[in-house]
Amino acid sequence: MPQSGEGLTAGTPEIFVAFRHIPPAGGCASSIALVEHCMGFSTTLTVNGVKRTLELDDPRVTLLDLLRERLELTGTKKGCDRGQCGACTVIVDGRRINSCLALAISHDGADVLTIEGVTQGDRLHPVQEAFIAHDGLQCGFCTPGQIMSAIGLIHEGHAGDDPERVREGMSGNLCRCGAYQGITEAVLEAQKALEAASRKEVA
Amino acid sequence: MKSFDYVRPATVREAVAAAAEPGAAYLAAGTNLLDLMKAGVTRPNLLVDITHLRDLYHVEDLADGSVRIGALVRNADLAHDRKFARRFPAVAEALLSGASAQLRNAATVGGNLVQRTRCAYFYDVASACNKRSPGAGCDARGGDNRLHAILGWSQSCIATHPSDFCVPLVALDAVVEVDGRAGQREIPLERFHRLPGDAPDHENMLEPGEMIVAVRLPAEAARFAAHGRYLKVRERTSYAFAVVSAGAALRFEAGAIADARLALGGVAMKPWRAREAEQILIGAPAAASLFRRAAETALAEAKPSGDNAFKVELARRVVVRALTLAAAGTPERMPALPGSPFAAVFGVVNHG
Repeated sequence: MPQSGEGLTAGTPEIFVAFRHIPPAGGCASSIALVEHCMGFSTTLTVNGVKRTLELDDPRVTLLDLLRERLELTGTKKGCDRGQCGACTVIVDGRRINSCLALAISHDGADVLTIEGVTQGDRLHPVQEAFIAHDGLQCGFCTPGQIMSAIGLIHEGHAGDDPERVREGMSGNLCRCGAYQGITEAVLEAQKALEAASRKEVA
Repeated sequence: MKSFDYVRPATVREAVAAAAEPGAAYLAAGTNLLDLMKAGVTRPNLLVDITHLRDLYHVEDLADGSVRIGALVRNADLAHDRKFARRFPAVAEALLSGASAQLRNAATVGGNLVQRTRCAYFYDVASACNKRSPGAGCDARGGDNRLHAILGWSQSCIATHPSDFCVPLVALDAVVEVDGRAGQREIPLERFHRLPGDAPDHENMLEPGEMIVAVRLPAEAARFAAHGRYLKVRERTSYAFAVVSAGAALRFEAGAIADARLALGGVAMKPWRAREAEQILIGAPAAASLFRRAAETALAEAKPSGDNAFKVELARRVVVRALTLAAAGTPERMPALPGSPFAAVFGVVNHG
């Protein structure tokens, strides 16, 4: 249950939510103490089309840790955990973001798409197919982030068929194996495939 | 990360009331704040989550011709707002030259202004830093400081402000609208950030608990739309902070420069407006020698703070190139590599 903040009486109770822990006399240093002294906070997310309501016992949980550790969606990877590598890229409310720099509690009500949610039935997503066709990976650790970022990039629609714009648009995703050439080719091909598919739909 | 309390106010009034508590910090996207909290550099007791304040997400045209950008407008949304980018191309280019697409999709206008320096000694809690713990000393002096400040630095701090966005904004006379317990007020962006002096922990003019609600560009700023550029030299092509950057905006009348705006980034703890250089440009026809004189003037007071003497001459050349690009005219389409010196512009000599 959300608990109202002390001394914050001006809020509309339904909207103004607070997460306050009452620290014990010796401080609230350990997570065990936190669990004991924090009021839980309920957060609702739609993840890959399924609505999930979760109790958070700690406001520090990032969206990345929530996905991996609470929902067991470990396709989203934790690389640097500091917004520098892009391995944790997911799509939130239609936008690609770094889930390691997003607090889960702040994204209450959001719609989240992860790598586990991009296939269409048994069929891989066109971006996944293109990554395989063009060897857009070696070890594969950065690949879920690369694919989510590429889906975001194509959806944003600013890169077109210009490899330079694709490289610039994908610069937030690092690949230690250096599969960049294949990644760029894969994104360009996937974009073409998706365009052709949408033309077919319109026709 | 130290634990914190969390509140999610529904109005600006509630937010500023909540943030009056000592140790409170506003949370917008958190792209800088959470990073700092993970490093233990920033340790707030209370996060006041303002992301649900819907009124702060709008870009509005005001009756006097100025444009008001809500503090929570995302960097990517502002840069790709066609009408905005057409009127303020240097601002859009600066935004798109910063960070990565993922970060630009999250990071906000207000957050950009109050982001902290990326000085490695500020980030490393084992290093001495007067900004992080006043009086502790500065390990950047005598450390790895080739990217540090060349203007406005002091013995106590040689860090730089990392923003790209703020550079053309300060050139175009942007105004910061803030709200706090004492009410609303406005601060010209040029006076918003403070130079370190002997109090590098005081980075801007916000009073405790005050929040940025909007950034306003005056009507006058759109008059530079045909000749506005941002140029940013980085240590890699993309996704890096500026070594040195410049925003340049010109307005021509009868073949001569009728008005000029110039600011530098990556050189000081604030976006650095070069007003004296602007005065040199006004009234003269565009020419390489004129741009060089303006650059000399802009950097007249520059002094290396460490192993960064190269940045003084680099900054002069960045100014000359930015002015050359601005004089050539705003490109029809945003360059593939926004702000990059490697992006060739047809008809413009890249070196000279």
